[in-house]
Amino acid sequence: MNRETAPTDWKGAAMQKRIAGRYAAERRFKLFGLGAVLLSGLFLAFLLFVMVGNGLRGFTYTNVEVPIDFKAMPLTVDASRLGDADADQAIADAGLADIVAFAADEALGADGAKMISENAWKEVRTQIKADPAILQGKTVFHLPASSEVDIAAKEGAKGALGAKVDALQRDGKLSTGIHWPFFKNADATDPAVAGIWGALKGSVLTIFIAFLIAFPTGVLAALYLEEYAPKNRWTDLIEVSINNLAAVPSIIFGLLALAVFINWFGICQASPLVGGLTLALMTMPVIVIASRNAIKSVPPSIRDAALGVGASPVQVVFHHVLPLALPGILTGTIIGMARALGETAPLLLVGMRAFIGDVPGGICSPSTVLPMQIFLWSDEVDRGFVEKTSAAIIVLLIVLLSMNALAIYLRNKFEKRW
Amino acid sequence: MTMTQDDLTIADPKMTAKGVDVFYGQKQAINDVSIDVGTDLVTAFIGPSGCGKSTFLRSLNRMNDTVASARVTGTILLDGEDIYAPSMDVVQLRARVGMVFQKPNPFPKSIYDNVGYGPRIHGLAPSKADLDVIVERALVRAGLWDEVKDRLGESGTALSGGQQQRLCIARAIAVDPEVILMDEPCSALDPIATAKIEELIHELRGKYAIVIVTHNMQQAARVSQRTAFFHLGTLVEYGKTTDIFTNPKQERTKDYITGRYG
Repeated sequence: MNRETAPTDWKGAAMQKRIAGRYAAERRFKLFGLGAVLLSGLFLAFLLFVMVGNGLRGFTYTNVEVPIDFKAMPLTVDASRLGDADADQAIADAGLADIVAFAADEALGADGAKMISENAWKEVRTQIKADPAILQGKTVFHLPASSEVDIAAKEGAKGALGAKVDALQRDGKLSTGIHWPFFKNADATDPAVAGIWGALKGSVLTIFIAFLIAFPTGVLAALYLEEYAPKNRWTDLIEVSINNLAAVPSIIFGLLALAVFINWFGICQASPLVGGLTLALMTMPVIVIASRNAIKSVPPSIRDAALGVGASPVQVVFHHVLPLALPGILTGTIIGMARALGETAPLLLVGMRAFIGDVPGGICSPSTVLPMQIFLWSDEVDRGFVEKTSAAIIVLLIVLLSMNALAIYLRNKFEKRW
Repeated sequence: MTMTQDDLTIADPKMTAKGVDVFYGQKQAINDVSIDVGTDLVTAFIGPSGCGKSTFLRSLNRMNDTVASARVTGTILLDGEDIYAPSMDVVQLRARVGMVFQKPNPFPKSIYDNVGYGPRIHGLAPSKADLDVIVERALVRAGLWDEVKDRLGESGTALSGGQQQRLCIARAIAVDPEVILMDEPCSALDPIATAKIEELIHELRGKYAIVIVTHNMQQAARVSQRTAFFHLGTLVEYGKTTDIFTNPKQERTKDYITGRYG
């Protein structure tokens, strides 16, 4: 036999070493991967732990038992005015706030008025409006505590305040309940009445507007580019522009929106309308890219089949391509929308960072959004807002996770095999 | 190219191609092909891979229009009417000249909707009852009715490969075409499914003009009455199938059918 090289020595030491090295590399790679997964899991667990730990307390609030005897301290309001639209004003004018403060002093000691929320009398007012008979006698109210007392009751406190709160707790004058104002109100300076509903509704309206504009335009643009547009330098240019647009920092879109929508078109600023338009600008390129990929992945054989029985191009698109691309389009859209929902930067510039004390009534009334509310609350000095911030983060995360769950559900529902 | 014209006496050709060239960009895929397709005949296009037989087939119902770089010159007539004339409606043309593809490609819809799709978009069935009749007739003609009549609501993609291909044939004949183009309809099927399709082609002969592209020379010999041999984008020889296989006039044809190349 006339070999030019020696036969490969599969059993030799050098070969064994190479094999060992290969296995070691394999193990190393696996370990690194596992480490990365564990690390990210750890971060997630830590985040959830901290958020849930702090945030859950934000959903509850401490109430203080305050008996008020309206016989001893009469509130002189014309009974007929209680049903009117200006009943609130009438009761306020009659000096209810002072009565409640006095009753608190009486029930809780010297600083009693400071231990209940400065807005506590509004709770009494609501109850009076519901049942005017209260004015005829003595009633025990559970009024929201002041922010300091609430924190002290939840976390414990030192000094005079701590001792007082402990005493109240021993006497059974403190109770903890779900903080309904948190779910019903908009922002406020007093954590006892500050709520997330204004921001949540603002977010929903904003995202709805963004979806209404970005989804049809994005999908139609993608369909045109994939199915109709000739492949030439212009469409290449458009494609590159769209890809670049998707990578533009979001605050730039805010500047653009400020210049175009507010300064030029004069659209109501700080409103869900202008916010939605801004986020639509930002999300559309993402939807176009996701939709184009989904449309591209529809097998050409389906197009051939439809064309082969004489379907027109529009029929091919709407009967076959779009239904088959829909799961991908929806997934991309919802992920884009979820990103828009968590977006703060572009909305700073269209005025949505203002303090908005009212729940937005429509798409043109001033409003803020969830991430902005989190940002605003995290800046507050009052310690009561720390847990409100965490609670708002939990609300935002729940909304985001629901949107992602919806995306997965829709994808599975519409996905078809072929 | 010397063709034996006496073999091509088709009194009333369904389709006629005259001097057809097809280009993909600068590359010429088909060079000066002239051929008649008979009304009651099965015409087979044979030739080695890349010889342009599928390209030529796809120019017969203008499926090449979907390829941006494709360009067709010359004349192709359907019943004497130029199919590339501006007055020709391409959507109607493709209904009149149906197509069955290499890989079975049913829509991911129910069997009923697969067959009913064409009649529906062309408005051939005014009512649901009419459509039922059309779907049943197409499935019967495609020899699939007995196998699927109890599960018309099931997805067409759930059928076996051979059944899928017969479903595609049913889908093509549901719009009542005049010509059916088949682009290697059996290349993805096993021998039993292939035999069924060949049987089906026999039965459909006479109802439709059929053009079939095939790699399989035995298949061409079995199913067709006319055979055209393509090589390197040209039509080398066209004649009666028996003549092509027993007594080819061209050296290249002879080499191909005896397995010298291809």
